[in-house]
Amino acid sequence: MKISEVAEILNAVVLTGGDKLDYDIESACGSDMMSDVLAYVKDQGVLLTGLMNVQVIRTLLMMDMNCVVFVRGKIPAEGIVEFAEENGVVVLQTKLPMFEACGRLYAAGLGHACEEMAVADEQ
Amino acid sequence: MNSEALHYHFDVDGASFANAGRASVETKKLLRQIGVSPDVIRRISVAMYEGEINMVIHAHGGDADVYITEDTILITLKDVGPGIRNVEDAMKEGFSTAPENIRALGFGAGMGLPNMKRYSDDMHIDTKVGVGTSIELWYHLK
Ligand SMILES: Nc1ncnc2c1ncn2[C@@H]1O[C@H](COP(=O)(O)OP(=O)(O)OP(=O)(O)O)[C@@H](O)[C@H]1O
Ligand SMILES: [Mg+2]
Repeated sequence: MKISEVAEILNAVVLTGGDKLDYDIESACGSDMMSDVLAYVKDQGVLLTGLMNVQVIRTLLMMDMNCVVFVRGKIPAEGIVEFAEENGVVVLQTKLPMFEACGRLYAAGLGHACEEMAVADEQ
Repeated sequence: MNSEALHYHFDVDGASFANAGRASVETKKLLRQIGVSPDVIRRISVAMYEGEINMVIHAHGGDADVYITEDTILITLKDVGPGIRNVEDAMKEGFSTAPENIRALGFGAGMGLPNMKRYSDDMHIDTKVGVGTSIELWYHLK
């Protein structure tokens, strides 16, 4: 799915990275805990989050992810969008809450970027 | 590490959460320039980033060093923070002493140390309560 379709499905505003909307996204992950993202996310995912700090962008950079969606219409603090722009990360903002944003993308066929929490680990 | 190692040093600022992760972002760029394989870069990035964030949120900052030779990359993270009381517990997924204000910043899931282990070839933790913590992350390239 292209980032432009993600934006359309979520009625999202593009805060930066408008030149990269034809990039392909294969999967998505919704989380406000960055270490969970770092533990489980696979390639080419988009991150949906309600967290609004620059570590969100650094986390994406560490994971080679190139798109973040800020949910619930929150406005990222100053500097975050600029930092994303400098580093080639697309930033989308949607008014939808996390659950609905994830649900819409899932229903539209986007796979999950987070590995299933291996129950086997517990054994 | 022998004298032919490339060495990069970063001061990890413990006073500013906004800067947390900078050293790891810089290191990632350096490794790309050197031509380290993307897989290895990803593993190093994630592990170092977790370690760097830990130094900021748990230990008032410290020193991050990257040593690169032809066949090995070593990342060391050293702080003079409070130390880790029980390493075995700290290594468990979900174990965290992070307070609510840290959780509000997106950290404190108790996944950092397990991630560092998962994303390194060898990891050594040397820690003493009241003295500090030193962590080595080793990558064998061949
Ligand atoms: N450098 C350090 N100095 C002192 N204590 C540490 C240090 N690193 C980790 N710890 C302790 O070990 C615990 C587990 O660390 P870990 O990185 O796994 O989780 P976390 O930092 O609490 O949460 P997360 O990494 O998921 O954001 C911490 O909560 C803290 O008590
Ligand atoms: Mg941690």
